[in-house]
Formats: sequence, structure tokens, C-alpha cells
Amino acid sequence: MTAQLSSGTAACPGCIAAPTEPARPIPEDVQIALSLPGIHCSACIANVERALNAHPGVDDARVNLTLKRAMIKAAPETHASDLIPVLERAGYEAHELDPGALSATQSDKAGRDLLMRLAVAGFASMNVMLLSVSVWSGATDATRDMFHWISAAIALPAIAFSAQPFFANAWSALRVRRLNMDVPIVLAILLALVTSLWETALSGKHAYFDAALTLTFFLLAGRYLDYRTRAAARSAAEELTALEVPRAIRLVDGVEEEVSVATLAVGDLVLVRPGGRMPVDGEIVSGKSELDRSLLTGETLPAFAETGLAVSAGEVNLTGPLTVRTTAVGEDTSLHRMADLVAIAESGRSRYTSLADKAAKLYAPGVHILSALSFLGWYIYSGDIRTALNIAAAVLIITCPCALGLAVPAVTTAASGRLFRKGMLIKHATALERLAEVDTVVFDKTGTLTSGTPELTNLADHSRGNLEVALALAEASSHPLSVSLAKSAKEAGIKPARLEDVVEVPGYGTEGTYRGQRVRLGRAGWTGATEGDQTAAWLAVAGQAPVAFLFSDSLRAGAAEAVHAFRDAGKSVVLISGDTRGAVQSLADKLGIETWIAEALPQDKATHVHDLSDQGRHVLMIGDGLNDTAALAAAHVSISPASALDAARVASDIVLLGNDLSPVADACDTAVKATKRIRENFRIATVYNIIAVPLAVAGLATPLIAALAMSTSSITVSLNALRLR
Amino acid sequence: MEVLAYLIPISLFLGGVGLVAFIYTVRSNQYEDPEGDARRILSDEWDDKPKP
Repeated sequence: MTAQLSSGTAACPGCIAAPTEPARPIPEDVQIALSLPGIHCSACIANVERALNAHPGVDDARVNLTLKRAMIKAAPETHASDLIPVLERAGYEAHELDPGALSATQSDKAGRDLLMRLAVAGFASMNVMLLSVSVWSGATDATRDMFHWISAAIALPAIAFSAQPFFANAWSALRVRRLNMDVPIVLAILLALVTSLWETALSGKHAYFDAALTLTFFLLAGRYLDYRTRAAARSAAEELTALEVPRAIRLVDGVEEEVSVATLAVGDLVLVRPGGRMPVDGEIVSGKSELDRSLLTGETLPAFAETGLAVSAGEVNLTGPLTVRTTAVGEDTSLHRMADLVAIAESGRSRYTSLADKAAKLYAPGVHILSALSFLGWYIYSGDIRTALNIAAAVLIITCPCALGLAVPAVTTAASGRLFRKGMLIKHATALERLAEVDTVVFDKTGTLTSGTPELTNLADHSRGNLEVALALAEASSHPLSVSLAKSAKEAGIKPARLEDVVEVPGYGTEGTYRGQRVRLGRAGWTGATEGDQTAAWLAVAGQAPVAFLFSDSLRAGAAEAVHAFRDAGKSVVLISGDTRGAVQSLADKLGIETWIAEALPQDKATHVHDLSDQGRHVLMIGDGLNDTAALAAAHVSISPASALDAARVASDIVLLGNDLSPVADACDTAVKATKRIRENFRIATVYNIIAVPLAVAGLATPLIAALAMSTSSITVSLNALRLR
Repeated sequence: MEVLAYLIPISLFLGGVGLVAFIYTVRSNQYEDPEGDARRILSDEWDDKPKP
């Protein structure tokens, strides 16, 4: 038993015995990634780089202010745990990141590829436009032909390179006999090039090389915006994942070694220190402690743990060190099995078609039919295939979805940027559109509406003497209830009593001697009291009946505002929790939530969300625990706080980065506005088409009209989107 | 109109130079940290001699 003197140090005996350097094979030069949430200016960059470069073993350190990250090349024996104190001394908060989880943002190939194509299209279209302007302003005969040929020489290779993403997308859609937005785009580009080449060869008046290029340029700009927004969200989400470096302490013949969780096997002995999370499923072989299961079940009351008890990955060890024999690792752990519920529930969400897809479904067949009809009509009327083809090409170019391609990404970029500044991360492309439709909000309790830290509620009921003894005992422990009790008592101006022989008994509480009498603070059974249904720590002074210190979970900042804002907006608010009736009811009363369900199992939560959806409601689920993941995935749209388990964050569409819950209601407003702007943009694009299409069908469209229509509609749409910022 | 024979190649060449310069900047990771680069210029470290 690891009883411990109240020396004030939080270290357990195991920590002191821990080897400073874990032994594991490492390649020659290691990459260390640190997250630096506090840096913001040029002085910060210089200070951090100077501090890191001065540390022996560091070869090169470079700060990235955009990502608030430092990448360090260091000698193999250097570890992030050596560098974090260096930065803390320099005054900067630093966290280790798992470089493996960051790999995707490191080599941002797809983004670079798009940017390159965008640049080529931009430069080519500017040069061709220059030549086209001279043609429009009156170049004739041989000069015009020469200009057309030069344009062709620039446009053909430029389009062959930069329009490749459209070709690839259109081909993959056509191969499965479907139409997407890219099919009319590719058709327009190719038809424009073919007719323009033909016209140029016959010294014709109109060539559409500039139109084909500007079209490619504007559409690539839309694609790139879309990509950037998602890349930014992805890298921030990756960073959250990378913050949890998966390490565990394995005991081999009584010697501790720090290993990656992935290398643990069934039968290994794993040491879990107080404050640590269980890396695997297993059975306790030695040690007594308490377990916080709130992330798995939603219960706030810590569970007693002793030898023989089965533990699941994800539970947090609170008081004493535990040695666990592994029974399941990795994908076999109950944590993963619960996360599998998500895959089943998720099928519902994929049924949602985005506004852009809906528009494309109407639009693609429409333009094809229109252009084919004008070709047929003109061929029958004039009998000239060249005129007919020219007009069909003009119709395709003018109706081409430049504005449509920008309409959605420009708005989503603006809206995501605005929400990101408020601390919300939009992970899913259609999350905003779905958020705009929400009419019912389902909250989880523990860790979502509450912050998960207990708060003493009945300080005034106790005598000063008892409080002094309780404070002295509480200060000897790092158990969350003790910490909270000590904090409230000190704020009330209580001085700790002088106690002797204070020891913490892991799993039970703390014990000491006060004026020759034994005093205990801890679990009900251990202090001789009977357990109630509220979270409580009991104080037993010999000769007196034990008294209870009652705790309730403190509200998360902004929780009340968020609930009120949702109710004011006319949405119905529901609270579903795995916690006990009493705890859930008191919170519901406090926040004015009328509908609540207590003691819900993970499946119950998901079923309830399904039931609401079946009634035609659009449900927004906000939750953080593993018991919420199935419900998060089943809901129409879902939000989880950054403190949530990895599985919950993966299952949700939006991640709340800060501690404050109030931006959530605001996000709904922004989403409604964004959807309104997207629809407006579609309308603007349609109006341009209504004006320009009759001209094209009538054979009156010139390359100049096409260029004007295309540019003005694209610019209006982008400006309209910017109004959101 | 003979001047066109010079002007068009010149304009195409200049455009090409811009494009090559842009491709070079993308290839050499100059858009990885726009915010940091905007701040670094204000630091007077390495003002007298370039960073080795």
C-alpha cells in the first residue's frame, strides 16, 4: 500500500523511481513538434527560437506562427519533455504533439497542386485577355488571326495542365453514368477550344480562348477556397488529436519503461498513475484507487477500484497508482467497440445532399438540353454546322457555372473564418447548411453543460472547527473533491487545523490525528456513514456523527447563455445524461430545461435522437463523452468540445475550441445567414443567366459579352459572400 | 505595326518570368507561415548579416 505523508509534494513513489530516459530505438535525427498556444508576435518567435536553439541537442528550431507550432530537429537523445520546461522558463505554454498524427498537414501536396494550376490559369488568362482586348478594340484580318493563333498557343497547354481536376472529376462521374457539375464545365471548355480553333483556322471573327481560360481560373479559385477552408479545419482537428501522445508505462520484471500504446500486448502489466487515463482494457492486479468514468458513462460519482476489478480504456485513475493486467488492446478495447456504434449510426447523415449538389442536379441536364436544342435549331434553320456549333459553344460558355462554382465555397470560407475566430472549428463541408436547419438541441450533461469539476454546495452548514479539520485533510490529497473543498474553504477564510500523521489511503480518503483523536475525510463507507445519491465527501471526527460535504458539478462557462439563446430562438432543448436522476434534475431546473432524461445508456441516447429525427425534427447534438458518440453520429449535426474524447470529436461536425459554450447559439445564427447568402448567390447567378442566355441562343453573344457576364457574376457573388465576415 | 513583333514576345516573356518566380516560391515552402513571415520582418535579428 502506498500510503503517503503529507509532505506537500504530489509525487508518488513510482514517479521518483521512474527512469528519466525511456529506452527505445530512434532514427538518427528526430523531429519534435510542440504546440505553442500562447505565441502571437515577432518577439515571441525570436524568444522561442532563441531558447530552443540554445538547448544542447537541438539542431534547428523553427516557429510557425500561423499554426502556432514549433518544429524542432534534434539529436536522438533529446525529448519533448526536456524542451517543454525550457519554454516554460521562457514564459511560454507548450504541449507535445505527436508528429505521426500531424503528417498529413506536413506534406500538403493537394493544396500546392491546386495553387500551381490556379497560377498557371491566372497567368495564361491575363496574357490571352490582353490579346483579346486588342481584337475587341478593332484588330482585323491578318493581325486578328495572328492574335488568335498566339492565344491558341497559350491556351491549349495552359488548359491541358490547369483544368485536369475537372477532367478527372467529370470522367469519374461519366464512368458510372452520372452527371455532376464538372461535366458541363468540361464540355464547355472543350467545345470552346474546338470551335475557336476551327474559327481561327478559317479566319473567323470570334474566338473564345480567353473565356475558356477565365472559366478555368474562376472555377479553380472556388476549388482552392473550398480546399483551404477544409485544410485549415483538418489541421486544427489533427492538432487536437496529436495533443494526446499515446504513451503508457509497461512493467517488465518490476522495471518501468515508457512505451507507445500501440506496442502493448495482451498480458502486459501496465502502471497507471493518479491522473492518468487507462490505455487498455484490463484487470487490476494491485493498488487501490478511485476511477472517474464520466467520459464513458456520464456518471460524475467516482467509482471505487481495487484488485480484481475490470477497467476499460478511457477511464481516469484518480487517487492511487494501479497496476493493470492487459486483457484487450487497440481495436478490441471497449472504447473502440463503442466507437463502432458510430459507423452504424453515421449512415443516416450521408443521405443529406448539399445545396450545391441540389443545384448541380437541376443545372447540369438543363444546360446540356438547352445547348443541344440551340445546336439543332440553328442547324435546321441555317443548315450550316459551323454556325450551329459556334452558337452551341456560346450557350455552354455563358451558362457555365462560374458563379455557381464560387457561390458555395466563398460563403463557407467567410462563415468558417468568422466562426473560427469565435473558437469553433467546422470539420464537415455541409455542417453549416445542416446547422441552419436545426430545430431541436440535445445536450449531454457531464463535461458539456458542466465543466466536470465539482463545486462545494453546503459550506455554510458546517461548524468552523469541522471546516478547519476538513481543510487540513483535504490539502493532503489531489482527489478532485479534496481540491475543490480546499479551494472553497480557503476562499471562505478558513485556516487549516494542525493535524498529525496525515496519510492518504488511496481509494478511501485521508486520515490523520487531531488533538489525539482520529479524523477521516473520504468515502461514506470508510467514515461510517451511509451513501446518499449526491456526490459527497464525509468527515468523521471520533465521537461525532459523520457529516457530509455535498458537491455538485459546476456549470461550464456560457452554458446558461447558450441554453437561453436556443430557447429564445424557439428551439426545443433536451437534456440527456447517463448520470443519476437527482443530479440531472437539479441541473435541468437550474437552466430551465423542461425535457430531461437521466440514467440513459449510450444506446438510449442514440435511440432518442433517432426518435426525434423520425418525428421530422432536425437535431443538434452537443456532447463530449464516449457514451455520446453514437448519438453525435446519429444527429442531423453535432458539436463536441475540445476536451472531449477523440472518438467523440471524430464523430462530430463542429469542434468547440474554447471553454466557453456561448458561441454555439451564435453559430446557429451564422449558419442561417450563410445558407441565406448561398441561396442569394444562386439567385444572382440565375439572373445573369436569364439575361445572357437568350442573347447566346439568338446568336448575338460575342466573346466580349461572355467575358463580361462571367466576370461580373463571379465578382458579385464573391462580394456578396464577403458581407458575412 | 512592326512594333508588335517585339512587344508580344516581350509581354509573353515577362508573364513567363512571373509564373516561374511564383512556381519557385511555392516549391520552396514560402507560403507555409504567412503570419509568421509578416512578423519576422519586424525583428531586427539578422539585420546586419544574413542568417547562416
